[in-house]
Amino acid sequence: MPKRFEFSVNGKAVSVSLDNEESPLLDVLRNSLGLKGTRFGCGLEQCGCCMVLIDGAPEKCCTKPVWSVVGKEIVTVEGLGDAARPHPLQQSFLDEQAGQCGYCLAGILVSAKALLDKNPKPSRAEIAQALDGNICRCGSHNRILRAVEKAAVLMRAGAER
Amino acid sequence: MNASLPGPLNDNPNLDRWVAFPSPGQVTILTGRVELGQGVLTAMAQIAADELDVAMERITVRSGDTEQGPNEGYTAGSQSIQFGGVALRQACAEVRALFLDQAGKVLGCKASEISIRDGRFHRNGASTGQDYWTLSGAIDLTSRATGAAARKAIADLKSVGASSPRLDLPGKVFGDSVFIHDMELDGMIHARVIRQPDRDATIASIDERAICRVAKGPVEFVRNGDFLAIVGDDETAVDAAAAAAVGHVIWHNVEAPIPTQQEASWLLQRPAVDRAFGAAPADSQGRERFERSYTRGYLAHASISPSCGLALYQDGKLNVWTHCQGVYPLRAALAKILKLDPSSIIVHHVQGSGCYGHNGADDAAADAAIIAMQKPGRPIRVRWRREEEFIYEPKTPAMVVKVRAILDEAGKPVDWTQEIWSPTHNLRPGAGGNLLGALALPNPPPEPPPNDVPEANGGGATRNAEPLYDIPAKRILHHLVTEPPVRTSALRGLGAMPNVFALECCIDELADRGGKDPVQYRLSIITDPRARAVIEKVAAMAKWNPDAAGGTGRGRGIAFARYKNRAAYSAVVVELSVDEDIRLHRVWCATDAGLVVNPDGVINQLEGGIIQSASWVLKEQVRFDNGVASYDWQTYPVIKFSEVPEIEIELINTQDEPPLGVGEVTAGPTAAAIGNAVSHALGARIRDLPLTRERITAALLKE
Repeated sequence: MPKRFEFSVNGKAVSVSLDNEESPLLDVLRNSLGLKGTRFGCGLEQCGCCMVLIDGAPEKCCTKPVWSVVGKEIVTVEGLGDAARPHPLQQSFLDEQAGQCGYCLAGILVSAKALLDKNPKPSRAEIAQALDGNICRCGSHNRILRAVEKAAVLMRAGAER
Repeated sequence: MNASLPGPLNDNPNLDRWVAFPSPGQVTILTGRVELGQGVLTAMAQIAADELDVAMERITVRSGDTEQGPNEGYTAGSQSIQFGGVALRQACAEVRALFLDQAGKVLGCKASEISIRDGRFHRNGASTGQDYWTLSGAIDLTSRATGAAARKAIADLKSVGASSPRLDLPGKVFGDSVFIHDMELDGMIHARVIRQPDRDATIASIDERAICRVAKGPVEFVRNGDFLAIVGDDETAVDAAAAAAVGHVIWHNVEAPIPTQQEASWLLQRPAVDRAFGAAPADSQGRERFERSYTRGYLAHASISPSCGLALYQDGKLNVWTHCQGVYPLRAALAKILKLDPSSIIVHHVQGSGCYGHNGADDAAADAAIIAMQKPGRPIRVRWRREEEFIYEPKTPAMVVKVRAILDEAGKPVDWTQEIWSPTHNLRPGAGGNLLGALALPNPPPEPPPNDVPEANGGGATRNAEPLYDIPAKRILHHLVTEPPVRTSALRGLGAMPNVFALECCIDELADRGGKDPVQYRLSIITDPRARAVIEKVAAMAKWNPDAAGGTGRGRGIAFARYKNRAAYSAVVVELSVDEDIRLHRVWCATDAGLVVNPDGVINQLEGGIIQSASWVLKEQVRFDNGVASYDWQTYPVIKFSEVPEIEIELINTQDEPPLGVGEVTAGPTAAAIGNAVSHALGARIRDLPLTRERITAALLKE
């Protein structure tokens, strides 16, 4: 007998009907809700490809059971912005050409957003530390660090306006 | 055979394999090179934009498609721009010439009187009303390239040489469905393979009820011989069942690698095919002999996403979607194992994560195809599990490299032997290697015969084993070890990294032996001006100090290579400190890649090579313990954001030289520069990779 699970994703209320209440949030996002931006990397909470914000905190969702997010607010990379209205992080990742294969980027953008929401003026070491839960295998690290620094500047300028 | 055509164009001479004008204002470029995260499609669009005189925005790049695109074998070996790009450039020049001729006929003037601006044809500075699209009906693009059309002069290139932003990056930062993993086909079934532990293993029993209980959703078993898969509509259920199945499927005849086999030294004294190249054996004639041995363990590609493949068998046609490096070789291999005619298989490339060589991509595609043949009409999506990727991807081989140099009175090498022990670097399906799933089918294919990448293609284990230094006699002895404990194949640079590590560490040891500065010593034994230029440049960038004291815990090292002795030149300086662990501070790199299509793209590749090599050298080795014991990111850690050094890169301006491949050029010099810097910092040499805490301690105790 399917059960209903209600929570919000990127500001919209969603309700999904599932037989298995242990279904990982990642599977629900990708397969039930069609939000493919959050990527599968390991299924072990080790690589950070599946990073989302849950009530504002960055969390890996590949093993997070759907029952545990009922009533919570989820933000995925699709919730940051789009080509028409990019988030300052997305814009600075494009400006810095921060990425190679790009498979890790969605999770990294979400981790970076969580950092900048909490700490608008992080040092490079603080950014690196905040991203240590995300693996980049191509070696785009320095570009990514620069892009986050640049986004922080853009966001502070935006906040002052 | 037309010797005047670049290789890939000679192989695919029909121009419609390269260029199409599908609708007004639109240009399609076809290339056999595929996007692996290296930005190659952007570079190809830049090349076409210049040669056809159309804006980048008009160009769509289609890549890796056996139905339409050219067959360029594999996207590998840093050859895409050096060969594939030059071929595309010539194809576009031929197309442009055909159109100019036709425009001349229509307009009643000489072709040379016409110029093209963003696809529109002008004469005497005014529009003629003609463009590629008005004329395309009259032109037969199935005609063959002749080699007669002249490519533009380098000085006239506008897009080439500019840092054009990557075409594929926006979709990746906005979380679009750009990866093969994101594909959805109508009626798609999810599948996971329960892998045969090794080629002779057979299924003894399957506890289907126990597996189904864990699935918490309907799943089905698909079996053919010892090929076993779990399939179903609900990916979550299929995933849970597959994870459980590892414990509920019992195998017979399992032979698993053991810890002693994980060390490179195990390769010595193993059965091997012995090969020798270069100078005849030499006697030292009383001169000093210098001999050192260097090793590196097995490495994983460790792609950030596990491999994925999709397949649909319908109406006698098999469509396969894959992120592999060579769609045509995969098609040929699939035809063989499935006993289909290659013309009934269509293989499409879709982006995956970075692969850095032969990972599980081909095998995952074969898995999907095998299942699809048993489920006609239903699209099958196979996604490997994380541990499956780590355990079953082909590893890059462990290697032992012994260097023997004979020195003259001045301490310069006059005779150089590089002796190598290594399993193969090439078990790609196109080179005769087997697709993993096929080994579990009834009547599996035989073991492929011993083989490595031919020296004409840069060599596998022998890649970069020959020093570029001015040494009168050089030879390579290669022991191709034939029965490695795990399947081995190509990883970024193949043997170049261990060979350059050995060679360039040994050069530093020779400099040190004679009390010479490593930079000056290198310059004293090399005359190639482009090699000298990158060494001198990187020394200047790093403000190299020949008198820096060693053994202080902080050190610097330099190393140099020309990848394959025929691609780009690169020199690297590393600054680091060592206590229990090694901490990288800064890296400087000077590279000469000839004509650069996209400078920022090249720098991105060089940076990536530096960081990945640093990760290999500091952290990575696949371990064995009754099987592959490196099966996730904890048992196979890679470099983290907080461990990455600052990197400064400069490209030497040689735009008038042909373009040279860059994707793999920094890996060797980075590894050796780290080795040399560690030696400088410690006053003690470590010759075995990775440079673990245990090895640092052991080296210090030995001094």
